[in-house]
Amino acid sequence: MQGHPPRRGGLRVVGKAHRKTDATAKVTGATRFADDLFLPRMLYAKLLRSPHPHARIVRIDPSRALALAGVKAVLTGKDLPIPFGILPVSQDEHALALDKARFVGDPVAGVAAVSEEIATAALDLIAVEYEPLRPVRDALDAVAHPEPRIHAYGDGGNLHKLINLEFGDVEEAFTAADLVREDLLFFDGNTHLPMEQHAAAADWSADGKLTLWSSTQTPHYVHRALAQVLELAPARIRVIATPNGGAFGGKSDPFSHELVVAKLAMVTGRPVKITLTREEVFYCHRGRHPTLMWVKTGVKRDGSITGMHFKSLLDGGGYGSYGVASTYYTGALQTVTYHVPRYKFQGARAFTSKPPCGPKRGHGTPQPRFALEVHLDKIAEQLGIDPAELRLKHLVPPNSLTANWLRIGTMGLGACIEKVVAGSGWKEKFRKLPDGKGIGLACSSYITGAGLPIYWNPMPHSGVQLKCDRGGGVTVFCGSTEIGQGSDSILAIIVAEVLGLDPFDIAIVTGDTDLTPVDLGSYSSRVTLMTGHAAIQAAERARDVIARHAAQKLGIPPERAAFADARVFDVERPEHGLTFGEAVQLAEAAEGTVGTVGSYTPPPSAGKYRGAGVGPSPAYSYSACVAEVDVDAATGIVRVPKIWIAHDVGRCINAATVMGQIEGSVYMGLGEALMEEMAYRGNRNVMHKIPSLLEYKSPTTLEMCDVVTYVVEDPDPNGPFGAKECGQGPLLPVPPAVANAVYDAVGVRIDEVPITPEKVFKALRRKAKGEEPRYGPDRFPDILWPEPIRVPPPWEGGDGTATDGGGRARTGKVVAVARETVRGS
Amino acid sequence: MPDTKAKIALELNGEPVEVAFAPHKTLLEVLREDLGLTGTKHGCELGECGTCTVLVDGVPVLSCLVLGLACAGRRVKTVEGMAEGGKLHPLQHAFAELGAAQCGYCTPAFLLAAEALLAANPRPTRDDIKQALAGNLCRCTGYIKIYEAVEWAAAQLRGEDAQPAREVLYGHP
Repeated sequence: MQGHPPRRGGLRVVGKAHRKTDATAKVTGATRFADDLFLPRMLYAKLLRSPHPHARIVRIDPSRALALAGVKAVLTGKDLPIPFGILPVSQDEHALALDKARFVGDPVAGVAAVSEEIATAALDLIAVEYEPLRPVRDALDAVAHPEPRIHAYGDGGNLHKLINLEFGDVEEAFTAADLVREDLLFFDGNTHLPMEQHAAAADWSADGKLTLWSSTQTPHYVHRALAQVLELAPARIRVIATPNGGAFGGKSDPFSHELVVAKLAMVTGRPVKITLTREEVFYCHRGRHPTLMWVKTGVKRDGSITGMHFKSLLDGGGYGSYGVASTYYTGALQTVTYHVPRYKFQGARAFTSKPPCGPKRGHGTPQPRFALEVHLDKIAEQLGIDPAELRLKHLVPPNSLTANWLRIGTMGLGACIEKVVAGSGWKEKFRKLPDGKGIGLACSSYITGAGLPIYWNPMPHSGVQLKCDRGGGVTVFCGSTEIGQGSDSILAIIVAEVLGLDPFDIAIVTGDTDLTPVDLGSYSSRVTLMTGHAAIQAAERARDVIARHAAQKLGIPPERAAFADARVFDVERPEHGLTFGEAVQLAEAAEGTVGTVGSYTPPPSAGKYRGAGVGPSPAYSYSACVAEVDVDAATGIVRVPKIWIAHDVGRCINAATVMGQIEGSVYMGLGEALMEEMAYRGNRNVMHKIPSLLEYKSPTTLEMCDVVTYVVEDPDPNGPFGAKECGQGPLLPVPPAVANAVYDAVGVRIDEVPITPEKVFKALRRKAKGEEPRYGPDRFPDILWPEPIRVPPPWEGGDGTATDGGGRARTGKVVAVARETVRGS
Repeated sequence: MPDTKAKIALELNGEPVEVAFAPHKTLLEVLREDLGLTGTKHGCELGECGTCTVLVDGVPVLSCLVLGLACAGRRVKTVEGMAEGGKLHPLQHAFAELGAAQCGYCTPAFLLAAEALLAANPRPTRDDIKQALAGNLCRCTGYIKIYEAVEWAAAQLRGEDAQPAREVLYGHP
């Protein structure tokens, strides 16, 4: 599908700042979140969770719990024995642990009772005998200890996934460089922390139909998991995604509690609801993977890159989740900002005895972006080039292919850099501020949806149905999920634009597998682009039908029928027209109910090698960020008074929500930069230290910085009206910009986030002693990588396929299957 | 668990109300479960996040830390009581127009904390707003649109014909 040029008279609705269609409900408390559902005769469910990080379950005896007055059912692993998982290659979860518990908090039993208090009391009466196994503390521990294995599958020992991709000979590229630099960096894990705790309610009707309401970003995948685990026909399951009270990727896996509450409803014949406690939300996690990274880059004196070699080691936690995709993502987007002619990526994901990691805002890319942008800052200093200039001189050209065969469309990074450099007074401040004050710059890019779906299939990624009412109203049905980002409004605005209506005359029905066509879900910044295209197609089809009959009535050719201000009129005589409702009535009288459909499938990817499924996107957004910091050398405390951020969004559909997404991304990036971390006790118990909102530090109003936002618009032919994403990309440059600013302020490199006072203080002490003024990791472990998959970059010939399969590990074990089924997320 | 319900009378959103509930219940639970007012949300139920903020006698309190019994005879205001006669409170209007409510989950609490601020201080500085809202966490907005909405609503409540600056909604040129 190609671009949509502005209609006659330009855009009337798209691009303006609109109140969101659901805003009034949200400010009046009328929005019904999942835990706001109270159904007649409803039971309450609770989960018993493992107190051990890694243990075999020897025996579970629920009899005493079942005997407690008010308890209606108890489930254990054997009641739900079919495994599931978001990725086809990682079907490694059970609704309730079947034979082993893999982290402290792994659910092992579920109870339904007439009250939450009784359900909670019943948990204490379930007797579980565990045989503790050696836990795996972190990724380094997993590399060092292949046994005992957490899972029986994967790429050997406690390594879940190994990736080795080579796009040209990087060693040769390093010999051609004037400077070759290596750096080691670490990005600690952190979590989504949505204000709403996950909740789900299920109802089983006597005619064998299950309804699940859940705070999920991905009702389609929950629908699939329910059918698989409960062995029900998908046609008998209805999943309704309630408005999410924040998600950020934390509600995009099918979860244990959703399956358990559904099964409990089936067993008891009564509605059952579960609402997780805040502590339990930390156990659901699926947040940022702690990632150790090594990067080696060769550059010429002018800063042009000759080649780059990047290694990442991800701490995956106890289950696969999106982890295989996350691992690919730590190596996918290094090439889309600055020209990298040769590139090698080696990535490994370890299983560890902690809550599973997965997709958090930026999915797998904030970590390598932090590493790359800090690394470039050091290279710029060594070359004596201003870091902004270094970046500006070597931007990836628009409409080009990268070394790893990603197809770049519009590319607004140069404009973004210029905005933040000018706005922040960069040239007057960089290396010129007084001691303790610093300024840092970093850039980034992010996908606007993945090019391929999680489950390989040739069907559209997004579908829209549209119904025109005789009264002039229009209803849009779409499987997309409103998680606060404003996706419902995007549908309303786009349909309003095409049909010449007011967005508030459009009713939106979303996130309901019975009522709406499939949209894959609110993740990977795909929703505006994909639902937008589907909505345009459906609306244009409706417009064509209506125009045909309105034109006949007006005595004009259909192409002269214009749609605006809820009227259909002769574009050459605007006063000669009908109301939209009258036009719909004419069309309905002639052709029957006016209903249309639209759908969207992304363009094919350029890369055809195994692993090429992660990274391709219809369009890449770009961001540039300048951060100013104050560092207190006595305490190591870093304060960030102000951030300048410029984001290339292609085109705003709703300017107000674009601003909100950019500011929210900066906020979340700031939290990750300074304070947010999933901290575990250092001993072998691998207990979460701080599963609470008080102890897990996130920025309050007192820590949040001022933000100066620049919206760069350069419509992308692949975006609806030219739009690209804005919900994740602007997070990425914030942590490296802060790290680079800390160096500018006090001359120490903090090669690790979060940049806590302790780390800054330790680095300052080292500096004072004449040691290396740095805090960060000191080694990347030896990993037995499989033979690389070699793919020549576009400028070295080839067609995006691998020149050799490289599918065999050195051990001789077949690592890769014939068709990699993980395509992206 | 006591099986005898306690009964109290209070003023809720300007109206007298009687309610019976298990005496161990918090105000949060009484509002949501016994009075059906689910506009008041919870994020931790430990007094850490501010999401359950309501006004008791005009003062913001964490309803997860207040016993329902302690509210006998008190004046309680929840988000459901902010709009009058089908017309949004200026704070609600400003939050909606500027996108200060994204997911909307923390929004009722921010609205009530802001209402208490503006009742005490009709002309708050940006720092006053930050201090007043420092006990409320929001993960979506970065707080910026919330500050801007409070400032706009404050101006409207003072009777000024204020409009948000263009860069609030469209960014800097």
